Amino acid sequence: MKAVALIILNRLGLGLVTLFVVSVLIFAAVNMLPGDFAQAILGQGATEEAVAAIREDLGLNKNPVARYTDWLGGILKGDFGVSFAQANFSSFAGEDASKGGIGSVAAQLEPRFKNTLFLAAVAAIISVPISLILGIMAALYRNSIFDRFVNVSTLTSISSPEFFVAYVLILFLAVLNPVLPSLSNIFAEMSFTERLIKTLLPALTLTLVVTAHMMRMTRAAIINLLASPYIEMARLKGIKPARVIVFHALPNALAPIINVIALNLAYLVTGVVVVEVVFVYPGIGQLFVDSVKIRDIPVVQACCLIFAAAYILLNLTADIFSILSNPRLRHPK
Amino acid sequence: MNITRRDVLKAGAAATALSLMPTIPAHSMPKKGGRLRLGLDGSNTSDSWDSRTHSDIFMILSGHGTVFDCLTEIAADGQLTGELAESWDSDDAKTWVFNLRKGVTFHNGKSFGADDVIESLQLHVAEGAKSAAQPIVSNISEMKKMNEHQVQLVLDKGNADFPFLMSDYHICMFPAGQIPEAMANGIGTGLYAVQSFDPGVRLVTKRYADHYKGDGVGHFDEVEVIAINDTAARMNALMTGQVDAVNRVDFNTEPLLRANPNLGIFEVTGNQHYTFPMLSKTAPFHDNNVRQALKHAINRQEMVDKILQGHGQVGNDHPIGPANQYHFSDLPQTEYDPDKARSLLSKAGLSELNVDLSASNAGFPGAVDAAQLYQASAKAAGININVVQEPADGYWSNVWLKKPWCACYWSGRTTEDWMFSTAYEAGVPWNDSEWDHPRFQELLYKGRVELDSDKRRAIYHEMQMILNQEGGVIVPMFASYVGASSTGLANNGTIGNTWMMDNARMAERWWFA
Repeated sequence: MKAVALIILNRLGLGLVTLFVVSVLIFAAVNMLPGDFAQAILGQGATEEAVAAIREDLGLNKNPVARYTDWLGGILKGDFGVSFAQANFSSFAGEDASKGGIGSVAAQLEPRFKNTLFLAAVAAIISVPISLILGIMAALYRNSIFDRFVNVSTLTSISSPEFFVAYVLILFLAVLNPVLPSLSNIFAEMSFTERLIKTLLPALTLTLVVTAHMMRMTRAAIINLLASPYIEMARLKGIKPARVIVFHALPNALAPIINVIALNLAYLVTGVVVVEVVFVYPGIGQLFVDSVKIRDIPVVQACCLIFAAAYILLNLTADIFSILSNPRLRHPK
Repeated sequence: MNITRRDVLKAGAAATALSLMPTIPAHSMPKKGGRLRLGLDGSNTSDSWDSRTHSDIFMILSGHGTVFDCLTEIAADGQLTGELAESWDSDDAKTWVFNLRKGVTFHNGKSFGADDVIESLQLHVAEGAKSAAQPIVSNISEMKKMNEHQVQLVLDKGNADFPFLMSDYHICMFPAGQIPEAMANGIGTGLYAVQSFDPGVRLVTKRYADHYKGDGVGHFDEVEVIAINDTAARMNALMTGQVDAVNRVDFNTEPLLRANPNLGIFEVTGNQHYTFPMLSKTAPFHDNNVRQALKHAINRQEMVDKILQGHGQVGNDHPIGPANQYHFSDLPQTEYDPDKARSLLSKAGLSELNVDLSASNAGFPGAVDAAQLYQASAKAAGININVVQEPADGYWSNVWLKKPWCACYWSGRTTEDWMFSTAYEAGVPWNDSEWDHPRFQELLYKGRVELDSDKRRAIYHEMQMILNQEGGVIVPMFASYVGASSTGLANNGTIGNTWMMDNARMAERWWFA
C-alpha cells in the first residue's frame, strides 16, 4: 500500500506542474487573441479614452508577465481573483457593488460548477451502465447482427459533432414528439425532478457521445481475454457463456475498462462546452464561452484550471483503480 | 420663440409613418396576469444594472423597459410622452423645466424626486465614467432643483430635441444616495421589481403593486427574461413553447415559424441601418466623383433580398430612417447604374478603380457576403473591390474608424439631430466618414435650435440630400427588427420601431389574450 501512496503523491505533484503549464498556455493564448476586455465590453463605443480608462482600472496596461505573476500569487493563496466584469462594475458603481450583482470568480464559478457536475453525474449514471451492458452483450454475441448494430450505431453517434447529435435529439424528442424540453435553463429554486427533466436532453447527448468509446473498450477487453487458456478451461467445464464472461473474463478486463470510463467521465466535465451552449445550460462551459468572448482572463483561467484538474484527478483515479484491480501491480516484487 | 410640450408632441406625431405588419391578433381588452417568458440574445455574465453600460437588447429590455424608468418615453406610435416627467417646457430650447410625477416610489419604498434626477444625470459625466450618454448629459451646464418635483436643466448649446434625448435607455433614474446599492440589486421605479437576477442566465421580475402608471399597462404578474444567445436554441425554445417570444428571428428557420399556427412574426422597419463608411479625407474617397461612383455601383435591392432576405428596405445613403420625424421619403433613390458609375470615375480621371473593403460579420450580420455581392456588382462598372476579411474580435477598435472603407451598422437614433451629431458632425469621435461639410454643419446647428416644425423639416431634408449627393457613407439598406411570439400574446396593434421587441417594452405593453 505504501507504494500506491507514493504513486499518488508523485502523480499529484506532476498534476500541479501540469496545471501550471496549462495556466501559462491559456494566459498566453487569450492574450494572443485580437482585442481585449476593454474593447470587447465597449464594442462600437470603444473610443480611445474609454478603452484607456478601463485598461487603467483593470491593470491591463501592465506587461503580461507582471499580470500573470499577480494572478499566480493570488492562486497560490487560494484566491481566484475578481473577474474583469466585476472589477469594471465596481469601478463604475463603487465599493458597495460587491454586495450584489456579480461576485468574485470563485463565487461566480461555484453554482456553475455544481450545475456542470450535476449534468455530468446524470450523463454518467445513464451512460456507464449502458455502455458496460452493451459491451458485455456485444462480446457475448460477437459478430452477430446485434454486435454489428450496436457498433454501427454507437460509432455513428460518436463520429457526429456534438451539436449535431444535440439537434437531432431536439428534433425527435422536443419538436416532433414534445416529451422533453429543449431549453435546459435550470436554476437554484428548481425542484429535483424538474431539474432532472430539464437536464435529460443534454445528458442524453453526452451519453451518445461517450458510449461508443466505453462500450467498444469493454467489448475489446473481454474478447481479448476469451482466447486465454483459463477461459477455455472454464468453457470446457461446461459453464454458460454469459457466466464465463461476467464472472471469469470481466474481473480481469476491469483495468482497461476503468481506465476508459475515467477518461470519459473527465470528458463529461470538460467536453460540455458545446452541449451547454446548445441547450442553454448554465454550467461552467457556458460561462467559459461567455468569458472568452469578452476576454475575461481571470474567469477563463479558472475554468481551464477546473477542466485540467478534472482530467488530472480522474486519470489518477483510473490509474489507482487499475493498480488496485491488478494483484500483480498491487504486490510488486 | 416659444416651444411647449404640445409643439414637441405635434412634431412627434409626424413620426408615425410606421411600416407595421401586425400578424399578431390585436385585442382591445387587455387581460391581466400570467408570466411572460422572453428568450433574448445579447446577454453576458458581465451584465449589470448600471444603465450606462447597457448596449444590447437583454439589458435594454430588462433595464429601461422593465425595471427602470426614464424621464420621457417614446410611445409605440413614435410620439414622445412623459414617463417620470409629467410635463416639460422651454422658451428658448436652452433652459428646460421638467415637472416630475408625484407619488412615485422606488421598489425599496423611497419616493422619487428632483434629487434623484440630478444625481442620476450626474452619473454620466462623473470623473472616469464610460457612459454612452455622456455627450447628451455633458451638454447640460446647470442642473437646478426648483422644488421636490421640478428640475431646471440649462443646456450649453440649445437643443429642441432635448426631451427626446431624455428617453435614452442609458439615462435611467436611480434613487439618490443609494445608487451603488440600486445598481447592484436593480432598484428602479419600473413596472416590475427584480426577484432574482443571474447575469448571463436569467432575470425574474414581479409586477410592482400600485405602480404610478396604473392598470392600463404592465399586464403580466411576472416577467422572466431568459438569456438564449444561441440562435437555434432561441428558435427551438419558442417552437417548443418554453418561451413566449424571442428576438432576432433566424431568417433560415423563419418559414418553419410561419408554418406553425401557434406562432406569429412581428416585424417593423425602424432606423437600424447597415453602412459602408468611407474616410472621405483619405484617397481615393476624398473625390466626390469616386464616392458617387461607388454609390451607383451597389445593387441595393439585391442586398435587401439576399442579405436581409427581404426583411428591410433600401437605403439612400443617409441615416434617417422611417422611424424618424423628418425622413425624406421623396428624395430620388440612388440606383444601381454601372454606366453612370463608370462615367463618374472618368470624371475623377480614373479608367478603373482598385479599392480595399474591410468587412467582418461583426460589422453587421452578413457583412462579408454583402461585401462580396458589392464586389460582383461593382465589377461591371470597372471598380475592383478587394474584400478584406477582418477578424470579428476587436473589429470596432482596429478596423472601424481606422480602415479607409469598411462595414458598419447603426441602430439609428430617434431624432435627426441626435443621429447627425453622433456620426456626422465634424470632429465627433464616431464620425466614421471624416465628414466635414460647411453647409451641412451650418444646417446642423440651425436645426438644433429651430423650433418651427416646417423649417426643421426643410433643414433636415436638405441635410439628407447633401449626404445622398456628397456624403461619405454608403447606406445600402435599413434592416427590420424581426421578432416572433406565440399567438397567446397580444398587443394593441401598434408596435414601436425605435428598438426591437416593441421598443424593448413588451413587458409593459403586451398581454396574454
